[in-house]
Amino acid sequence: MGMTMAEKILARHSGNSSVRPGDIVVCEVDKIIQIDLVFSASAEMPKRIADPSKVAIILDHAIPAPTIGDAEGQRIAREFARRFGIEKFFDVGRHGICHQVILENGLALPGQILTCTDSHTCASGAFNCVARGMGPLEMLQIMCTGKTWYQVVPTVRFDLSGKKPSNVFGKDIFLHMAGLAGSLEGRNIEFGGPGVTELSLDDRATLATMSAELSAEFTTFPADERVVEHLRSVTDEPFEPAESDRDAEYSAVYEIDLSRMRPYVARPDFIPHNTLPVAELNERVPIDQAFVGSCANGKLEDLRIAAQIVRGRTIAPGVRFIVTPASQRVLKEAVRRGYVETLLDAGAVVTNSTCGACYGGHMGVLGPNEVCITSSTRNFKGRMGNPSARIYMGSSATVAASAIAGHITDPTPFIGDRS
Amino acid sequence: MNSAKTLIAEGRVWMFAEDNLNTDLMMPQTVFAKPLEIQLRSVFATYRPGWVDEVRPGDVIIGGRNFGTGSSRPASLLLKRLGVSALVAETINGLFYRNCVNYALPALECAGIRDFAREGDEIRVNFVTGRIENLARNDAIEVAPMPEFLRAIIQAGGIRERLKAEGYL
Repeated sequence: MGMTMAEKILARHSGNSSVRPGDIVVCEVDKIIQIDLVFSASAEMPKRIADPSKVAIILDHAIPAPTIGDAEGQRIAREFARRFGIEKFFDVGRHGICHQVILENGLALPGQILTCTDSHTCASGAFNCVARGMGPLEMLQIMCTGKTWYQVVPTVRFDLSGKKPSNVFGKDIFLHMAGLAGSLEGRNIEFGGPGVTELSLDDRATLATMSAELSAEFTTFPADERVVEHLRSVTDEPFEPAESDRDAEYSAVYEIDLSRMRPYVARPDFIPHNTLPVAELNERVPIDQAFVGSCANGKLEDLRIAAQIVRGRTIAPGVRFIVTPASQRVLKEAVRRGYVETLLDAGAVVTNSTCGACYGGHMGVLGPNEVCITSSTRNFKGRMGNPSARIYMGSSATVAASAIAGHITDPTPFIGDRS
Repeated sequence: MNSAKTLIAEGRVWMFAEDNLNTDLMMPQTVFAKPLEIQLRSVFATYRPGWVDEVRPGDVIIGGRNFGTGSSRPASLLLKRLGVSALVAETINGLFYRNCVNYALPALECAGIRDFAREGDEIRVNFVTGRIENLARNDAIEVAPMPEFLRAIIQAGGIRERLKAEGYL
């Protein structure tokens, strides 16, 4: 019997010729990513670690430090990097949301295993990497021993074909998938088919990142030429991509024709089976805040489309439009291309790169009963601030169009033939 | 560690049977940097106010589908510190399950568990055999036991105890 991409990667890393759903395997981990939140005065520090060259520290959730506690944690992170000789240290100024920094710098490579405490670590699956979130204690174990266990689970395959229309983005495709397949806990997601190569790396990263919201274990894309070309431009480290076998076994296969996708929105509180095309949202939903940001959608493509939509227009009265780039590099490029100036002219706030408002941390927290449309990762009750706030989710285009309209709206008329 | 006892839980049932109960409800972001006592007060504080005062050592949580969805925050540690001796849910979120193992809170998936017990029933859960008994109703079901490899981590008292024993901490 053939293997899926994830099964192959787990087999290689555990010294097995093959693995099957149900197996528990102990694997060598290639990349260990630590974020600011794991460092605090009360956090336990190891006496020794297995291999400092496999560890990267990326400050992202609360930077620059909004509280004294955060500042202290980050001081401890700097000490840790010095003490253990961690060279891949992304301090304030080189920072960004860890998943974006990982992809930009080629820290996640095809065929590898990566771990990080953040639940959206599956983002690196966009580059054919088996990656998932782990608790802080398990991360400590992996730093110390270099290894951890995985239970092999069944895989659900999404076969993509066609080319998406210009008003559709990775987020819309994901929200459509979430309506189709619902929650996928205890299963891997694998993307394949000719439609994959039509998707930008940013769209693929959105899809991989958002798979966390379906509670999937691992999400993997094939490493096509576009992935390999990008990685070769940023790293010399060798890698071996894992392709799925023709006779790999899937617990379900969904066909998705990208040409038939439409802008989608998720209603508040959860995503699986809670999404619909924006055009079919019958009630009028006025908004207090519109947010473009996060590891899923604070990318250059998001800032580009947001700027394109608001260009020459004004944010609706009473609406706060907050844009948080996914990395310092994205921000710099968005400044260079004029996106930031366009957003500011329209009345948006463009912040420093951070996880910020997405996790209700800082720079855009919601008050009681407020309504937000966001292109970030998660719409749980209380996620972005007060538990009575209502969080709708859509693409960055839908968010920007809604910021102009003052209520949730289909971005299609705002995109028109602008480019 | 009292290993035999750890892997057979017996206690009162608390029903948290709604699907997709998330970690934000068990450990809100606002308590991340707070002392343990305050973190413990926050468990299900908005979802089920007052529960932390009623839960007793040995109690068992019964959950719905995808129990513990959400982030990697160590919510299972808080449940354990509150005295919860076991989790049995229709299905358990993968990340949450890992944290249950890591913090030595025994956990099992069991389709149909929601209809097998009611709140307040006494149940016994054997993680070695996969047998779950409802002592109040004199009924039993069997599911796949907890894999031996993972039971060994729980018997060791969780990852921290193991790392200490191996001289890493």
